[in-house]
Amino acid sequence: MADQYDIIVIGGGPGGYVAAIRAAQLGFKTAVVEREHLGGICLNWGCIPTKALLRSAEIYHYMQHAKDYGLSAQGIGFDAGAIVQRSRGVSGRLNGGVGMLLKKNKVDVIFGEAAISKPGEVVVSATKKPAMQPQHPAPKGALGPGTYSAKHIIVATGARPRVLPGIEPDGKLIWTYFEAMVPPAMPKSLIVMGSGAIGIEFASFYRTMGVDVTVVEVMPQILPVEDAEIAGLARKRFEKQGIKIFTGTKVTKVEKGPNGVSATIDDGKSVQTIQAERMISAVGVVGNIENLGLEKLGVKIDRGTVVTDGLGRTNVPGIYAIGDVAGPPMLAHKAEHEGVICVETIKGMHTHPMDKGKIPGCTYCHPQIASVGLTEAKAKEQGYDIRVGRFPFVGNGKAIALGEPDGLVKTIFDKKTGQLLGAHMIGAEVTELIQGFVIAMNLETTEEELIHAVFPHPTLSEMMHESVMDAYGRAIHI
Amino acid sequence: MPINILMPALSPTMEKGNLAKWLKKEGDTVKSGDVIAEIETDKATMEVEAVDEGILAKILVPEGTADVPVNQLIALIAGEGEDPKSVQAPAEGGSASAPAPQAQQPAPAAPAAAPQPQANTIPGDQSAHMSYARVDQAPSGPAQAQGGAKPNGAGQAQAGNRVFASPLAKRIAKEAGIDLASIQGSGPHGRVVEKDVRAAMAGGGAKPAAAAAAPGAPAPAAKAAAQPPVMAPSASADQVKAMFEAGTYEEVPLDGMRKTIAKRLVESKQTVPHFYLSLDCELDALMALREQINAAAGKDKDGKPAYKLSVNDFVIKALAIALQRVPAANAVWAEDRILKMKHSDVGVAVAIEGGLFTPVVRKAEQKTLTAISAEVKDMAGRARNRRLKPEEYQGGSTAVSNLGMFGIKNFQAVINPPQGTILAVGAGEQRVVVKNGQPTVIQAMTVTLSCDHRVVDGALGAELLAAFRQLIENPMGMLV
Repeated sequence: MADQYDIIVIGGGPGGYVAAIRAAQLGFKTAVVEREHLGGICLNWGCIPTKALLRSAEIYHYMQHAKDYGLSAQGIGFDAGAIVQRSRGVSGRLNGGVGMLLKKNKVDVIFGEAAISKPGEVVVSATKKPAMQPQHPAPKGALGPGTYSAKHIIVATGARPRVLPGIEPDGKLIWTYFEAMVPPAMPKSLIVMGSGAIGIEFASFYRTMGVDVTVVEVMPQILPVEDAEIAGLARKRFEKQGIKIFTGTKVTKVEKGPNGVSATIDDGKSVQTIQAERMISAVGVVGNIENLGLEKLGVKIDRGTVVTDGLGRTNVPGIYAIGDVAGPPMLAHKAEHEGVICVETIKGMHTHPMDKGKIPGCTYCHPQIASVGLTEAKAKEQGYDIRVGRFPFVGNGKAIALGEPDGLVKTIFDKKTGQLLGAHMIGAEVTELIQGFVIAMNLETTEEELIHAVFPHPTLSEMMHESVMDAYGRAIHI
Repeated sequence: MPINILMPALSPTMEKGNLAKWLKKEGDTVKSGDVIAEIETDKATMEVEAVDEGILAKILVPEGTADVPVNQLIALIAGEGEDPKSVQAPAEGGSASAPAPQAQQPAPAAPAAAPQPQANTIPGDQSAHMSYARVDQAPSGPAQAQGGAKPNGAGQAQAGNRVFASPLAKRIAKEAGIDLASIQGSGPHGRVVEKDVRAAMAGGGAKPAAAAAAPGAPAPAAKAAAQPPVMAPSASADQVKAMFEAGTYEEVPLDGMRKTIAKRLVESKQTVPHFYLSLDCELDALMALREQINAAAGKDKDGKPAYKLSVNDFVIKALAIALQRVPAANAVWAEDRILKMKHSDVGVAVAIEGGLFTPVVRKAEQKTLTAISAEVKDMAGRARNRRLKPEEYQGGSTAVSNLGMFGIKNFQAVINPPQGTILAVGAGEQRVVVKNGQPTVIQAMTVTLSCDHRVVDGALGAELLAAFRQLIENPMGMLV
């Protein structure tokens, strides 16, 4: 039987659907298999709906501070249900958008759970109980269970929350991001276990909504992948907002009671017990490598993710992997990019593996945090002789006008070559600023081009310019 | 996976060539060693051999296409078990997308000495082993790391114009003293990026400027030589055309040979400090000996003489022996050093339709006059058909340019860098000279030696020329 498809992508998340659209653009007959909802975790349970929640929190915050801007607001309050409803609406709208994009590009959507029976063949069965009840229906015209064949099969099955033994989420008292996204009501108190992007964003959201939040992080700093100086500033701001933070501290035991949880935490010196109504387990994610038939086919797996050659190819010809399931960093934008590289490689185009050192990271807490490249510590560790530039928000006109005087833009250069090794920011809107430095790094600019570039006034971006100039002792407004 | 056939670089400096002829059709079976196409380079027509077996699935560049950049995908061979009909060209089939490290070419020219670019690829990248004109498609395997060159050729194709490079690459190259133009860029459209420069620093993907500029010679072993000084650009075509009434001329596009001649001789005249030494040589003894030798030639089966020596054959031999007698003059310029040659490799300028070649008679001091004569005849014939191999016209420490047959009495030739000298030979003629106080008629010719003053000083050049005259005037010395 001839192949029905050139390419079947398993998983309709940001990696999978982008790969499918690119494949269709290149003339491949393509299908996507999805078991729950197009757009994946990102669009349904991650990046997008949390941004909607955080936007509500942000506006609530501004309303509370209306007086600072000469405005008056009385009777400020919120409706948790309406906030969640808005978030779900945003997600639903984009979910529908993905369906339309796939349709427009003539990509078939197959609903169900996929397994690779042999190279070139995918068996799709009805979806068993999904991790979370899909809140968005399958698009019209989606195909159902059956056996499908394709020359190339791309595994883009994503990841799911990591579970610590003894602290298994139950969806009631101990939440993962699924439940944390749709709280029936605001709990009085909350313990957030893990202070990566997911943990910190929920901590920030719930704290802004008035919840008593405690963050417990096992590493010595919160936001462990970020630059220590930035993480330190973030911690100060969070503590000022009333978030309690324990670092270098392990949750050793969690006991569930009628009104909440009681967690035993150990910082190596002392052990104590903290109570809260709810707890969020945000200790990272693990790749969805199971029940796909990968072991049987001999696809190489290392530390829970599929091993690829950087262009998406696994050790088994005809089987590819991209996104979270293909290893860290587990970020939507990395998955999208890998999907494109993978498909273009299949097409025989000249592709380069992604430079993982230039993938930006954003955390949408208040204040926002964004970074790309090496932290100061990592740069030193790698033997670079560095120049560091810093520019505080307090020196920027736009930041003052916005009423956002707290924050920092930090840049790290190789003293020898002027290469921009890393950029780290904390403060208002920095998640929208970081891309300037990402482009600079990808074009391999040196400090010279950055200093020569004209930045518009008045903008927050001027701080990027000043930070670069500060690294070379030339900052003006400091 | 289909095997890519790329436009080969037949000499270290070849940037593009004309696809003269396909000797295989789509659908033909190709065996390793089969000649599949003929490529016209700036100097010669070369054959492209297949290194793989399979079926020629697709010809992507039709014959007769001019100026095909090196490393452009020109054809696809379907591998074993592959349906040639299903073989497709990559979507972006241009040279930019064809990963083909010119750096990896086993350069057919440039014996020894030259700091040849090394194979330096990354397993897993598409540019795997390149043997001659072919690139294997991507073996799988762990990919990537910093530091390997992943050339794709386009950067080289643009050499001579602006070199596209990232600011960081420019700065690192500048500090390391590497010529950016000599680096294969792996970035978009052949842009030179940091890792290309790092790879060049680590393993020599880069050729020093001087080597790149000297296609016709053993590239000097010089490391990071200085670039030739920048000269004022000449007037543009539009500026020149503006000086003439439209319709009063015919525009002739430059072919590869014309471009090479223009480039190299401008370079020579602008960078080589020439000086000229002229001398008259008496030819009576030589003419007599030549007649004797030619008369003694046996007949071949067609009844033609087995050989017929020309005066030029004697000139080549005499110059070769003279170079052995004055070894300091048997040298080439290598930017930061001089290479003194052990043997006398003498170039012979051969005029051909639309240009000239200078095939080199190797070890001419050891060869008999008849051997030199036969070799020059063979190479001149092939030069006229543009069938010389690059290694046949590259190298040599000197050359002979003879315009005597046109009655030219005396002229100065332009040195072909990095050669140290070139001998211009005028017509043999009867002249009245004063001998022992009496006017006497003799046969004579005037020769002029052009010397690169960086290699050969005045006295040294004079010594070489004197040794040459001694041999021409006492030609028996060439026979022993």
